[in-house]
Amino acid sequence: MHRFANPAEFNRLADRILPWSLAIMAGAFAAGLYLALFASPPDYQQGDSVRIMYVHVPAAWMAMFTYMVMAGASFTALVWRHPLADLAGKAAAPIGATFTALALVTGSLWGKPMWGTYWEWDGRMTSVLVLFFLYLGYMAVWQSMDDEAKAGRAASILALVGVANIPIIKFSVDWWNTLHQPASVMRMGGPTIDGTMLWPLLIMALAYKAYFVTVFLWRMKLEINRRKLSVLSQAEVYG
Amino acid sequence: MAGLKTRKKQRLVIATAAVAAVVGAVILITLGLGGDSLSLFLQPEQVLQKKVEAGKRFRLGGLVATGSFIRDDDGLTYRFTVTDCVADIPVRFKGLLPDLFREGQGVVTEGRLDADGTFIAETVLAKHDENYAPPGTAPKNAEACSHPEGLKAEAGSY
Repeated sequence: MHRFANPAEFNRLADRILPWSLAIMAGAFAAGLYLALFASPPDYQQGDSVRIMYVHVPAAWMAMFTYMVMAGASFTALVWRHPLADLAGKAAAPIGATFTALALVTGSLWGKPMWGTYWEWDGRMTSVLVLFFLYLGYMAVWQSMDDEAKAGRAASILALVGVANIPIIKFSVDWWNTLHQPASVMRMGGPTIDGTMLWPLLIMALAYKAYFVTVFLWRMKLEINRRKLSVLSQAEVYG
Repeated sequence: MAGLKTRKKQRLVIATAAVAAVVGAVILITLGLGGDSLSLFLQPEQVLQKKVEAGKRFRLGGLVATGSFIRDDDGLTYRFTVTDCVADIPVRFKGLLPDLFREGQGVVTEGRLDADGTFIAETVLAKHDENYAPPGTAPKNAEACSHPEGLKAEAGSY
């Protein structure tokens, strides 16, 4: 792990992973979208509206996964002061915010015809909205201070406090009465989703994961280059 | 070098303890507030237990009892029974029902109890369950709510 705290090492590793993650992303999105939108059956209750689920559910999973990546990076940054850990959190945040927004919007579009409403302040929807604001807050803290070391520390603390929201999102549908349905895949007793629908969903989840790896590595490389540039330009001014 | 290592260890302990404390505190507080204050709706059994007074606005949720759905002659007013398999509450609703509304499925409805204990709903939302399946196949864990016969007869008297 210490080895990859070195930017040059990291860039070499990223360049080795990127062609693979790009290929997996393209293949999984092509297969997943075809299966989800055309080849899979309609639902016995929801009809074709169930197809929104293939976009919505992986987005919601990735919204939480990306938050844990951001929180893990923040923890590493605070405890071990790895130079790349701050950048990893900063690189992950906009991706997570996008996944969260996608989950909120697609859920809302599904909710109108199925539930009869775009939005209800139940435990699941409210806690996911809080997650979205945590991402925005984290990004805002980074922007709010000129001293990057200070900004990184403040943003990391915010990210770690927000970890408390993750179990609330996951278990909101079990702890309280909600309009949102309980978990169908990651639940005790196995999935309650038919195999013909589970496979397209899992392939879509793989596509989202590969998308995250690809964009995350791109953004990390970008941040590393940006840091190098600012160090260089400072050296020119003061040197 | 030894000093640096101790400082890192200290930071590790402090950060771990702080995260655990915050997560623990938030979960204790949200659970401590109790299910009722953070839940979206009351189930029929809770409504009867709490003796919710007539005219007080609240949300009622549960399953639409099988065989209870009636459409009035005006074509716009619907009557059905909301059940949690323990207690039943008769519901009257005038308006548009969502696509997923059907007997045996969940609903969340907002409104008030009238003097005879009928729930006058202003909005009815359908609640989807966790089952996804192609048409014509039985979902894996369809929990058929075996309807208590005695309660049904009583509730059917509206």
